[in-house]
Amino acid sequence: MPSERFVIPIGPQHPALKEPGHFEFSVEGERVTGATVRLGYAHRGIEKACEERNWVQSLYLLERICGICSHIHTTAYCLGVERLAGVEVPPRAQAIRVLIAELERVHSHLLWLGVAAHEAGFDTLFMYSWRDRETVMDVLEGLTGNRVNYSANVLGGVKYDLDEARAETIRKGVDYLEARTYYYLELVVHDPVFVQRTRGIGTVTREQAEWLGLVGPAARASNVARDLRVESPYAAYDLFPVQMVLETAGDLEARVSVRLKELFESYRVIRTILDKLPTGEIKGRMPKKVREGETVSRVEAPRGELFYFIKSNGTDKAERVKVRTPTLCNLAPMMTLAIGHQLADMPMLLAGVDPCFSCNDRSIVVRNAQEAETRWTWEQLRRYGIEVYKCKR
Amino acid sequence: MRLEELWEQLEARLATWGRTHSPWAVHFNSGSCNGCDIEILATITPRYDLERFGVKIQGSPRHADILVCTGPVTRQARERLLRIYEQMPSPKFVLAVGTCAISGGVFQGCYNVVGRVDAVIPVDMYVPGCPPRPEAIIDGILKLLEKAQAEGVAT
Ligand code: SF4
Repeated sequence: MPSERFVIPIGPQHPALKEPGHFEFSVEGERVTGATVRLGYAHRGIEKACEERNWVQSLYLLERICGICSHIHTTAYCLGVERLAGVEVPPRAQAIRVLIAELERVHSHLLWLGVAAHEAGFDTLFMYSWRDRETVMDVLEGLTGNRVNYSANVLGGVKYDLDEARAETIRKGVDYLEARTYYYLELVVHDPVFVQRTRGIGTVTREQAEWLGLVGPAARASNVARDLRVESPYAAYDLFPVQMVLETAGDLEARVSVRLKELFESYRVIRTILDKLPTGEIKGRMPKKVREGETVSRVEAPRGELFYFIKSNGTDKAERVKVRTPTLCNLAPMMTLAIGHQLADMPMLLAGVDPCFSCNDRSIVVRNAQEAETRWTWEQLRRYGIEVYKCKR
Repeated sequence: MRLEELWEQLEARLATWGRTHSPWAVHFNSGSCNGCDIEILATITPRYDLERFGVKIQGSPRHADILVCTGPVTRQARERLLRIYEQMPSPKFVLAVGTCAISGGVFQGCYNVVGRVDAVIPVDMYVPGCPPRPEAIIDGILKLLEKAQAEGVAT
């Protein structure tokens, strides 16, 4: 008897993820036989908009690519633009950048732990980890004045300095979080229900991970040594080195524990920075115009490698800003890996790579090798968008 | 005749009371940066605990009384936003959270952005901020409920 095949559409508005993404799983019984993803619901055209704004305005726009890793986006952008302009950034500023980046990693990983626990049906852990996340949110708010888009980076340095009293509150927060993280690590490997949902599920071997091009914690869970903080230290990571955290199993459980163990590294780095913060200025002088040239800037976002390409034509505006975010690299492999799994494992599998859609929705024009290179203008893009989404209706 | 009127009044009051004391909310992100969404999620977690006001955030628009919108409306999400709004049963209320939902924010004029939420669907209450704090979002929802109650009693 031929088994029945269904296609199950999920999204773009769905209970599992807070962001718009549309998935289609074809299933045979409970087994997934095919998976596709449709993105673009959050495509706003930020890269193009950068070409219309000056260097400083772009900073605030790029910060809003993603609300979870806002600081790392501006760090990548600032490092690139500063290199282009040949600006010396004071060491204290670089250290504060790293400090905030690590605090952001803590907030992002705790957020993710909660979401993953929620997908696994373990809502208690979701509530726990989000409650504890408020500690790091308080620290960030105290340091920068905002909970989410901190805008701590400016071209040439940072905006906020910290004194001993502030450092003390950060230390206290970190101490508390460290104790909690031990508890979570204990929990996720021992709780039988959680382990059932994670152990041996969505396994990616090391070869697969390399071949599929996973990045970030998802790659490190499969024993692929990929961490830009270690491989090519930027900002102040050469002064405050981190250790790479690797796991070998490659399943969902490994992805959980890689992230949790990374938190300990973050806590350690945060403490070292607080103890050995270089003295001096927090901001260098930044010219209005940036001299001609192009550069690549790579940083390690909480979800993996974040890549910026920046090209300047010598004016006060960028000629081209290209952003490649980690989620796109991680999401496509998951669509391949989904095949053969139970349908019920899909939310966990997706959550396992910590997807973030707001940063990976982009438009790409594919051209024939014979066609001449063209540059789409703002107006063309606008008209194209209107046309495409009209037909859809 | 008199009794029937009374009964109708009572019914209406009961409905308003039910609606404003246990509203269900559905959240839709029409192109936001995520910042507002995590703050909305934070409202249901222990420190803020929106559920103590009887508000429940859940998945399906067909069960929802309040639509919580975040982000500017992109061209692709516009259709979905409309569809979700139409799927909701009446009476329905819309809460626009964040500068982007109110005015388009930093994404104003981007080529793939239609604009603010009230250019697409009617909005009842706005919560400004980039992103607004969870307290502000809770305040927005409570103000919306007050408004709903006033309207419900008036009709
Ligand atoms: S208002 Fe701010 S935080 Fe909210 S979606 Fe817009 S840019 Fe993001």
